[in-house]
Amino acid sequence: MTTTTTDRIQKQVLLRAPRARVWRALTDAQEFGQWFGVKLAGPFAPGARVRGKITHKGYEDYPFEITIERMEPERLLSWRWHPYSVEPGVDYSAEPTTLVEFKLEDTADGTVLTVVESGFDRIPLARRAKAFEMNDRGWTEQLKSIERHVGTAV
Amino acid sequence: MSARRSSAATRTGLRGSAPLFAALGDETRLRLVARLCEGGPQSITSLTIGSKVTRQAVSKHLRVLRGAGLVRDIRRGRESRWEVAPQRLEIARRYLASISERWNERLEALRKHVEEPQQR
Repeated sequence: MTTTTTDRIQKQVLLRAPRARVWRALTDAQEFGQWFGVKLAGPFAPGARVRGKITHKGYEDYPFEITIERMEPERLLSWRWHPYSVEPGVDYSAEPTTLVEFKLEDTADGTVLTVVESGFDRIPLARRAKAFEMNDRGWTEQLKSIERHVGTAV
Repeated sequence: MSARRSSAATRTGLRGSAPLFAALGDETRLRLVARLCEGGPQSITSLTIGSKVTRQAVSKHLRVLRGAGLVRDIRRGRESRWEVAPQRLEIARRYLASISERWNERLEALRKHVEEPQQR
């Protein structure tokens, strides 16, 4: 399920794994890094600023930085960050952040994970315009990479 | 709860786009936008050629379109040239669509990560 306005994104997925497993994947810095594609320097803790480097092909050495807000074990994780802060040489620190929330709920088949990212309407329009210009390029690369992956793995 | 919140946000979004729809709800204005899209930046003189309305009317319609953020004027010497402006709403939508795609990709990676047997 996907809900979209111009201020927020909401995603919901069913993960066929127990809540404890999903929680670990979300909050253990090393595990998080594996699926998110980032190499992190520090552990997750409420109030902590977690920094790292993107490991995705084509985005290597882009900085990654989040500030953890809340951690309610196996229920809720939230952080703030500058979405799309990938333009080299731009200082984003004075700009508004978005809030990312992960909510975990039990279900018969595993865990329902809801992700909400909100606060986009406060991001300067020029920044938003720049982001999708860059993303169009990024996606061309991603598609090539998926093509290669599917071509060999399936 | 989330349905209520999202419908409130939708209403806000629609209110924000009302001037846009009003601006386009006129045949002359629609035609002006089409001409600017096809012909690129142009002066009022050029936009009036072949049009059924007067230069003054074209000028008035362009100001309405400018108010909705659809066109903008660039002054060059004594004459203004008009061009199609990047649309605010379109930028906001495309931005969100690209962020949304990124989350789809990340969540798919997370799914693989937690559902498949652990391998380091």
